[in-house]
Amino acid sequence: MTFCIEVSGEFACFTRPEMRVERVSYDVITPSAARNIYQAILWKPQMAWHIDRIEVLNPIRWMSIRRNEVGSVVSAENVRRAMRRGQGRLQMFVEDERQQRSSLVLRDVSYRIHAHFSLTEKAGSTDNAEKYLGMFLRRARKGQVFKQPYLGCREFAADIELIEPGHELSSSIDETRDLGWMFYDFDYSANPPSPRFFNARMEGGVINIPMAESDEVQG
Amino acid sequence: MSLSNRYEFVFLFDVTDGNPNGDPDVGNAPRIDPETGHGLVTDVCLKRKVRDYVTLLKGDEPPYSIYVKQKEVLNQLNELAYKAFDIKPEKKKLPKNVDEAKRLTQWMCQNFYDIRTFGQVMTTEVNCGEVYGPVQMKFSRSIDPITDIEHTITRMAVTNEKDMEKGQTMGRKHTIPYALYRCHGYVVASNAEKSGFDESDLELFFTALENLFEHDRSATRGEMSVCGLYVFKHSSPLGNAPAKKLFNTIQVKPVAQDTFPRQFNDYQVTVDQSAVPEGVELIIRYEEA
Repeated sequence: MTFCIEVSGEFACFTRPEMRVERVSYDVITPSAARNIYQAILWKPQMAWHIDRIEVLNPIRWMSIRRNEVGSVVSAENVRRAMRRGQGRLQMFVEDERQQRSSLVLRDVSYRIHAHFSLTEKAGSTDNAEKYLGMFLRRARKGQVFKQPYLGCREFAADIELIEPGHELSSSIDETRDLGWMFYDFDYSANPPSPRFFNARMEGGVINIPMAESDEVQG
Repeated sequence: MSLSNRYEFVFLFDVTDGNPNGDPDVGNAPRIDPETGHGLVTDVCLKRKVRDYVTLLKGDEPPYSIYVKQKEVLNQLNELAYKAFDIKPEKKKLPKNVDEAKRLTQWMCQNFYDIRTFGQVMTTEVNCGEVYGPVQMKFSRSIDPITDIEHTITRMAVTNEKDMEKGQTMGRKHTIPYALYRCHGYVVASNAEKSGFDESDLELFFTALENLFEHDRSATRGEMSVCGLYVFKHSSPLGNAPAKKLFNTIQVKPVAQDTFPRQFNDYQVTVDQSAVPEGVELIIRYEEA
């Protein structure tokens, strides 16, 4: 069974990996970000979400935001030392670590995301697709989420709505565009996880997403 | 420990003759949505103020230490005393050890309020080094388009000797005559469990929002104040209704169409209690009369 949700938000940033210092978003949501939205509603190690199709409902528009950001992460060694001694200086001074970064983000986005899930090898004898299907629908109908879903960055929270089968759908944008090589998702079976890409093409506002195992998805 | 309810909140605040959040891209003018003219305030701008308030109230002591600090705060503190941790870190320097990574992360969460609340990227080399905080905030947006006024100001002194003859220097500042901003936020119960964020931390967070601008006065900000804090409490950790539906129960509209709003009374906030779905409780933490 496939599921369909509509996600929308005021802003979105699906950062291109090659432009992640001064973030520039992809034109549309990536399969990876779409998967995360489904996972925000329901996910168990026994199941894996696959994104089938993304429909773009709003014109692709942009906006630039520049913010003061912090350029460093917590040092594990300093934490270890402070724990050992019972004292120490553990803090980060924003003035010293300040980076002004601009982000080129999408605005007023709305997508219809079609997906299905499969059971993984972690699924035991008591797990079956029916069970998770029911759980997902119950949660999605009530607006329940395990985590607040977001559009690429956590400050861009997403509104989601389950689209029931047979529901009348608004049409996607009438635009055909070659989106070029786009981030697909990480292959988490590799250590460290390795990024995978695919050649994305939007036909009349619709992007068909290949299966992860297909030849169209390359590392 | 941890939360047994999901929350959303609507936070209203206003500014009078001040600049709530400067945009480094355009000479520190107030942030503006170039298409609609509405004013914006970033999520990180408000989070900074929450951190500062907590430091002021709790004195930067564990478990309320603040990890991401401003220098001004620095001068008040020297060395923090950390409470002893019952598990000794291993002697071997193996950062890839997942258990140790978990302990480090846990320990940081226990000591630092902002890490528990907003999360933090902890380390690059260990697996478990990322904390997702339960509190998530969106950009704040003004109800109406804003007007940014640029003022030229003078100083009756100069910085360099070579400018001595000039006798004075000119500067610039931006203000908004008046704007009412609305912010949406989320408290995700499942993340609270992992970071150890509990009911008292949540209470502190809402208290911080209620008092957000009382200790953040400066020449730039003008007069900023909190106008409303509406909290939606779901009866379950996963939630009982879509966030959007809850946000829509609170409508903010100008009272008159053809005047320029210059005070909070020029707006009307209507709360549709009857539209709050079952299983969700609306708690009005603060409401300006």
